[in-house]
Amino acid sequence: MLALVFLFFVSRAEACELSGHATVEGRFFFNDALFPGQEGESASVALQPEFYHGRQNGSGFTFTPFARFDSADPERSHFDIRELNYLMLGDQWELTLGISRVFWGVTEFVHLVDIINQTDYVEDIDGEDKLGQPMIHLSIPRDRGVVDMFVLPYFRERTFPGEKGRLRTQPVVDTGRPVYESAAKQYHVDLALRYSLTAGNWDFGIYYFRGTGREPGLLLSTDSSGRPVLVPFYMQIGQTGLDVQAVVGDWLFKLESIYRTSKERDFFAGAAGFEYSMVNVASSGLDAGLIAEWAYDERGEEAPMPFDNDVMLGIRLALNDAAGTEALMGISRDLDSRDSVFSLESGRRLGEAWKITLDAFFVIDSSEEDAVYPLRADDNLRIRLSYYF
Amino acid sequence: MKPCGKAAVYLFTATAVMLLLMLLPAAAGAETPEEKGLAIARQADARDKGFRDSTVSLLMTLKNRHGQESIRRMRIKTLEVEGDGDKSLSIFDSPRDVRGTALLTYTHKFGDDDQWLYLPALKRVKRISSRNKSGSFMGSEFAYEDIASQEVEKYTYKWLRDEVYNGLECFVIERYPVDRKNSGYKRQVIWIDKKEYRTLKVDYYDRKDSLLKTLTLSGYRKYGNRFWRASGMNMMNHQNGKSTRLEFSDYRFGVGLRDSDFSRNGLKRAR
Repeated sequence: MLALVFLFFVSRAEACELSGHATVEGRFFFNDALFPGQEGESASVALQPEFYHGRQNGSGFTFTPFARFDSADPERSHFDIRELNYLMLGDQWELTLGISRVFWGVTEFVHLVDIINQTDYVEDIDGEDKLGQPMIHLSIPRDRGVVDMFVLPYFRERTFPGEKGRLRTQPVVDTGRPVYESAAKQYHVDLALRYSLTAGNWDFGIYYFRGTGREPGLLLSTDSSGRPVLVPFYMQIGQTGLDVQAVVGDWLFKLESIYRTSKERDFFAGAAGFEYSMVNVASSGLDAGLIAEWAYDERGEEAPMPFDNDVMLGIRLALNDAAGTEALMGISRDLDSRDSVFSLESGRRLGEAWKITLDAFFVIDSSEEDAVYPLRADDNLRIRLSYYF
Repeated sequence: MKPCGKAAVYLFTATAVMLLLMLLPAAAGAETPEEKGLAIARQADARDKGFRDSTVSLLMTLKNRHGQESIRRMRIKTLEVEGDGDKSLSIFDSPRDVRGTALLTYTHKFGDDDQWLYLPALKRVKRISSRNKSGSFMGSEFAYEDIASQEVEKYTYKWLRDEVYNGLECFVIERYPVDRKNSGYKRQVIWIDKKEYRTLKVDYYDRKDSLLKTLTLSGYRKYGNRFWRASGMNMMNHQNGKSTRLEFSDYRFGVGLRDSDFSRNGLKRAR
């Protein structure tokens, strides 16, 4: 009897899991490339397994490598360690040691406050794919909120498409020769402190980040053979970020804002909006969400991202069928210039282990001063088939 | 003596009248069907008090009208909250593309529940609006309001009749959602067995008052010498011909779950 209890305990106490997904992807462009060297359609494969070894008390080890091979762009073929960390769970604290991923933010179209991880820009231009970030992360949850402390000992450079890739700037970004303001370069130790609180129907978070800015400036330079290139320039910044969310009935109200200081310029940026949910529309089982957001950046057209004074309207649909069919489509429009972009993300399951997704990106209109101007010929459809294991 | 005797008579009469008045409502059966329905619901709720926390594995089988099946697996952790609705954490294990997705719910006796969804691919916690409870849970025939913690205060009640169902003496009561605007139902008719106050069957009537779904519960087992839990639930949708079967296994009580397991931090590290 005792032996049985013991066996039960052991099998419960430790768990080893392997999961993940493998994806094949095709990207189809509707227009000829604008810039020399750029290729058309591309095919690529990606693999992201996840190994987890956990204890019954919640502590555990996670290893998530990621690799992509792309037929067109060698810069898009890349390997990354998304996660390689040990989570220790104390009575009143949680400590993460190693490479991990942290997401902050509430809005759907822009991710202003999210700063811990660098954007893996070759994966997608929506800024939701991130590179693994080495960190020491101590989280102290209390009744009156959660305090999160971060020590980030190593900086990850943003990925950019290469010469052959689409969805890039002209001249191309040369990631081989980044420029740092700090003499410590990528070994500058960055720090962040965040306080967050959930109170009734409110979620609230505020943080201060000090260290190497994740968003590079792009400096015009020449490469070894004398051709013009853009070189990423990483500055030392201080950034205060705020995110607030409230649920009021069927409405979700969202606000994100940052104030960034640096040697070059101090500025404010913000995004605010709402999502209105409709459930079981006309007894069809369909759920729909209407999204409206406005994003502002004090830097205006100088901002390296496209949302400086833009309105985004979107609709999220969930069919609630067995295949879990979902779609999110949106249109964004700059209120100062003409640029206007349509985007679609959609997907459904095929059986229990497969999923097919279809994404689309169309530049409806753009003018020379816009950040999306270099992408004006890159309207594309992306089809992905993923196998989950 | 005389005045004293008179006083005694008055006192006796007054006491008798008062006692009669006190006994009268019960004796005359003055408990209304509404009061009786509420009393039954309260009794059923009271019998489940004190379970503290529980964990359970759930296999959900969706069946369409052609008999094609698809399955979802999840684990549910529940924490009893003194004076308010329960907190629950559902962690999805399959289909594999949603593996690791977790749903945290704070049920409230009054007003809207609080709900957050954790999306593991983005490591993102999203708050979701939970006012409207009639939406489908995971594409199944269960609506959020069907699987949510069934707080007494969320309905008004009426006892209909007593009836034998599946060989068990039952109360048949009707209940009406308090938040009528955001429920998918006009009313529900519930069969509760008289001996153990277990729900055996529920008929759901849509907002137009036509029969929409029937839930049948089976395989009741007693845990911790006190708490009855069904191991099978079958929801049949009469209007679209689809059905969803839930099979619960590995029920465990008093496993020492804490408030911090049901926080946003707890949601992020749920596995």
